[in-house]
Amino acid sequence: MTALTPATRAIEAVAIGASAGGVEVLSTLLSVLPAACRASFFIVIHIPRERPSLLPELFSSRCALPVREAEDKEPVQPGTVYFAPPDYHLLLDRGPVLALSSDEPVHFSRPSIDVLFDSAADIYGKHLLGLILTGANQDGAEGLAAVGRAGGCTVVQEPGGAAVPFLPEAALQEGPVDFVLSLAQLQSLFETWGMK
Amino acid sequence: MTSTAFDIELPLLLEAVYRKYHYDFRGYAAASLKRRLTQAMERFGCRTLSQLQDRLLHEPALFPALLDFLTVQVSEMFRDPAYFRALREKVVPLLRTYPSLKIWVAGCSTGEEVYSMAILLQEEGLLERSLIYATDINAGALERAQSGIYDAARIGGFTENHRKSGARSSLSDYYTAAYGKAVFDKSLKTNIVFADHSLSTDSAFSEVQLVSCRNVLIYFDRGLQDRVLGLFRDSLCRKGFLGLGAKESLRFSTHSYAFSDFAVSDKIFQKEAS
Repeated sequence: MTALTPATRAIEAVAIGASAGGVEVLSTLLSVLPAACRASFFIVIHIPRERPSLLPELFSSRCALPVREAEDKEPVQPGTVYFAPPDYHLLLDRGPVLALSSDEPVHFSRPSIDVLFDSAADIYGKHLLGLILTGANQDGAEGLAAVGRAGGCTVVQEPGGAAVPFLPEAALQEGPVDFVLSLAQLQSLFETWGMK
Repeated sequence: MTSTAFDIELPLLLEAVYRKYHYDFRGYAAASLKRRLTQAMERFGCRTLSQLQDRLLHEPALFPALLDFLTVQVSEMFRDPAYFRALREKVVPLLRTYPSLKIWVAGCSTGEEVYSMAILLQEEGLLERSLIYATDINAGALERAQSGIYDAARIGGFTENHRKSGARSSLSDYYTAAYGKAVFDKSLKTNIVFADHSLSTDSAFSEVQLVSCRNVLIYFDRGLQDRVLGLFRDSLCRKGFLGLGAKESLRFSTHSYAFSDFAVSDKIFQKEAS
């Protein structure tokens, strides 16, 4: 491994998964994204099932990019942050368009990080970056491995610094990961997104 | 994006299913179909989709089991209670003005949504003059729907949803629990017609005042979504109602002009008069 952080210029899409402790970390990362960022972000965060989700609203005011709850069959826009709606899986389909499903929970989770990462890996291949953050559930570990197999870049938050290390540790055990980054490194990665 | 073997095999398998069994999944959204077929491959011990296709073409007994993977049977009674509350408070007052009612629950799977509708109509005093068409392509799921038997463990969630939907009675008035199962009252079924109907290949069959089709369209690609919404438009009477799933919309459809928003946050639309 030569670079300390991944090069983001060729990344078209970013899939992010988190559970316990995720809202705080995402809040830090999304708030530093530059307005000129052209990547599309897809985020699954495990939160109690509710309706409507307040997350897109919560992050809208703190993020320079538009933040939306994903809608079924919506064409993916560059420079946009999409959250999976509560109680639906979020997938990517050819187009690329967003797709939702009501299939069974995976690892007790709907939305599931694995489901998002698998389908995003199919669509974006090497132009995808998968990022696993703090979390208390193993959902996401297999998905990140799928991102790696499809040629995408795999990143895990350093377990030692994560609010709940279980998910990052599970992701590291599942297979080789390109980068393990501290919160500070992740923050500078997001600050300079697309610039290198 | 390069084509993987799976991407090549998927349309071939769907074509094989269509030609041999006359079930048309060619317009289903690929990403979730791929997920479910990967599970099917594991279940049937097939390493590739081509192997699964081989077995499907030569072992017809396998097909009903595969159908359970291709179709989605995840539902609950009074799912999204706000939807049923909106039906009750906003749609029912208008339905009352019809001397008799026809309601189509499209893609009813194992029936949870159908019994929810029947109970709601019963509570509103409309069930007697209603006919509910409950349709699905999966004969096994329809059979389960017709039996009206659910795991007793699920009743707690159903009851909570029912309560939130603005219930006028107790859910326990409608079922008998025994041996870990809850059996719904036969009288609810008097006004329900369960029928095999494919949204992909069959046409409209009756004029109805309300179509409820929730969390079905998300499994279809845009072409098939358009076909189905056209079918609903043709089936609905003037000013009839269409209820969709919480995350479904008409926004990306060519038929959006045929409907107006009625209870927009609850995904209830009304067919335009013209």
